[in-house]
Amino acid sequence: MLKITAYADKISVVPGEAIEFKVNCEASEYKADLVRLRCGDENPAGPGFQEKVIKSGASKSYKGRKQVIHAGSFVAVPSAPALEGLGSFTLQAYVWPTTPAKGTQGLISYWRETPKKSGAALIITKRDGSLALCLGDDAGKIEVINTGKPLVAREWYFVAASYDAKTKEVKLYQEPLKHYARTNDRAFLKRKSTLKSIGKHDCPLIFGAYFEGMDKGRTVCKGHFNGKIDRPRIANRVLNRAEMMEVAKGPIPAHLMSDLVGAWDFSIGITTTRVTDTGPNRLDGEIVQMPARAMTGYNWDGSEMSWRHAPEQYGAIHFHDDDINDAAWETDFSFVVPKTLKSGLYAMRLKAGKDEEYVPFAVRPPRGKATAKAVYLMPTASYLAYANECMVTDAPLAQLLTGKLSTVNTQNMHLNERREYGASCYDTHSDGSGICYSSRLRPVLNMRPKYSSWLGGTGSGLWQFNADTHIVDWLDHTGIEYDVVSDEDLHLEGLSVIENHQVLITSTHPEYSSKEMLDALEAFKAKGGRIMYLGANGFYWRVAFHKSVPGTMEVRRGEGGIRAWEARTGEYYMSFTGEYGGLWRRNGRAPQTTAGTGFSAQGFDLSSYYRQKPDAKNPRAAFVMKGIGANELIGDFGLIGGGAAGLELDRADRLLGTPPNALVLASSENHTNIYLVVCEEILINYPGLGGQENELVRADIVFYELASGGAVFSTSSIAWAGSLSHNNYKNNVARMTENVLKRFVDPTPFS
Amino acid sequence: MAQVQEPEGRFKISAADRRVIEEFRKNPVGHHSPQLQQVLNRFRGAGMADKYCLVTLKPHKKWQLAQTTGERGKPLKLLDQTFDSLEEAEWHVFKLRWKLHTGETLK
Repeated sequence: MLKITAYADKISVVPGEAIEFKVNCEASEYKADLVRLRCGDENPAGPGFQEKVIKSGASKSYKGRKQVIHAGSFVAVPSAPALEGLGSFTLQAYVWPTTPAKGTQGLISYWRETPKKSGAALIITKRDGSLALCLGDDAGKIEVINTGKPLVAREWYFVAASYDAKTKEVKLYQEPLKHYARTNDRAFLKRKSTLKSIGKHDCPLIFGAYFEGMDKGRTVCKGHFNGKIDRPRIANRVLNRAEMMEVAKGPIPAHLMSDLVGAWDFSIGITTTRVTDTGPNRLDGEIVQMPARAMTGYNWDGSEMSWRHAPEQYGAIHFHDDDINDAAWETDFSFVVPKTLKSGLYAMRLKAGKDEEYVPFAVRPPRGKATAKAVYLMPTASYLAYANECMVTDAPLAQLLTGKLSTVNTQNMHLNERREYGASCYDTHSDGSGICYSSRLRPVLNMRPKYSSWLGGTGSGLWQFNADTHIVDWLDHTGIEYDVVSDEDLHLEGLSVIENHQVLITSTHPEYSSKEMLDALEAFKAKGGRIMYLGANGFYWRVAFHKSVPGTMEVRRGEGGIRAWEARTGEYYMSFTGEYGGLWRRNGRAPQTTAGTGFSAQGFDLSSYYRQKPDAKNPRAAFVMKGIGANELIGDFGLIGGGAAGLELDRADRLLGTPPNALVLASSENHTNIYLVVCEEILINYPGLGGQENELVRADIVFYELASGGAVFSTSSIAWAGSLSHNNYKNNVARMTENVLKRFVDPTPFS
Repeated sequence: MAQVQEPEGRFKISAADRRVIEEFRKNPVGHHSPQLQQVLNRFRGAGMADKYCLVTLKPHKKWQLAQTTGERGKPLKLLDQTFDSLEEAEWHVFKLRWKLHTGETLK
């Protein structure tokens, strides 16, 4: 396994700002160096790995130390007198367990684990997956009283437990909301506890797990619950069932208010990390490790699809035992980016003997300034979506998508075994539900130079971050100056980040965009900007960033598109903002409206070439085609799959928003049958969706002028950048790309 | 590993499919006949338990045969076989899978 892993508090830095590095290192020391990255591809058929060490104050040896990640989400409510003084009590909630058989899972836990187990917790017991009340007497004795009727996964239950401090009587209620024949999951149980008393303590109240202890300021829990909890309540006496029902649903009736310790409403503050108590003691809490909010509750009836329209039907939080938002490691060293450092793609390289780790980041130009005419947009939103993707070890379809054996690297093996590092928005949680949040506040092991991906086609096999270094490498080769900014900058600061640039160059795969990002690109186009879209499957998913937690993004895999999982019905609206999630195409902004082309087909074995179309002879495109023979195939070579047209392919489509003045200069052809039309194009399914038969399996090279005097050039293939360095950068892919870049940095308006 | 039980009422790999073996050996990745593709879909679409994959030992130079476990958190099983080329690995695994599905040993 990897002996050194790390992350930074930022992914993009302005000169003069500090960036903090958080390092887990099993060796006694490691050496740090700032490097400027040029090419991360180790393929001997290409330009080779290229980095340049930049002399800086960061170049030092540091002491290694182990840092751990505590995965698994929960809600923590600080202890309070109303909890500490509890004698008799009632604990109740609606729950929707997804893995009732997996072992002990805390639902509502007022529990102390050490030094002696003490308190009370409503749990699912490892005995048989049924509801249980766990009691601890402070003398080391614990008692678990369970219903003995295993809960059925993915069914709603009303669950409750009461304890009478005087009589020691425990009552358990396990009531399914749906009734199935021959399914014995309803229970009511009365039993006397054998414990003399319930121990007191001042540990936090936890929903979705139980408290274990503190680790360097972090609340650490065990017994993580997989599933939803809705409307948890705690009363300071034994409620009878009728009273339980009175407090279970909506506002708490006045006559029962003083009997309640807390009544939490998870539908309040869905966009925040706060959890609100509507009871008399205001025992508000915080979510930890980002469990899923805006989830349908026990009472969701399909009458509304947005949580903003019927918040009372979205009172559930879905907890997962593998949720991870913030590793919360301590900072090992901080580095102030020198004011003189040129904008570009950098990384902090950490070496401990043979082991090494890179933490990449963008160095932006100073705020409000451009230090070059061109700017490369580092697609950090897409990096987040793919962060720590585990499909190669988890997903049976992987080898079908690629049409070959999967290659697994050390990062993949680390992520397979160390699940606390979390997976990506292409993966599912351990309970099978989709991962809708991702963050960079943890080591992102596939956002690394030298990283080769199972998904990157034959040849170099690069995907996302490392594939994008082919663009940076080519830019460095041309000698044309460029700045680097990130998606996050564009999202947070809008047009101001790019407005002084003339040309924006995308990555190979800028798939994820927030509304703020697309608005900034539209504004850039409207003021005469030029866009070079050197990839495919761009501007595809609508995403949201959390408003108070940095570097945290949300995607809901809605009702269309190539989806590694599907959001549950009623859960298409994003919790961070309330926006309708899913494809931009289903939000009125198909990718064709942004860059002229949009996702049409994908396959991950071989890449192909483009054949020129009649528009290639149009005088308006003469500057693009300069020096390229009329009959030349474009890009019948390359490091990614052996061609410039490959992996994911976009096409022009007037009906989806390609401007009427767009020229289609060339289109790819002869793709293998591993390439298939994207599912949002398939209304009635039919045979013949593969590359050999279907005309939608193609990439279109498109050019068009904007009314503002700007212009757009789109190559519509993820593999394009892998062909730039062919034959020492002397080839028609590099020529065409350079022709466009040279014209686009020329301020003369297009007409 | 136990021989794979071919599904009832669905495409089964049989002796009639032997014609695709040579086609695969010559060209393991890329354009395939519909017959070969059907066989490969069965091979490559298997579940993750004991599924063959390759662990990269030296990028672009050396790979080791391995199997995923289908259980999250459980390490891959590393097998005692390495390859200097991906084509060689594809052919080796094809033979292993052919044996699993048909019982026949290919040379």
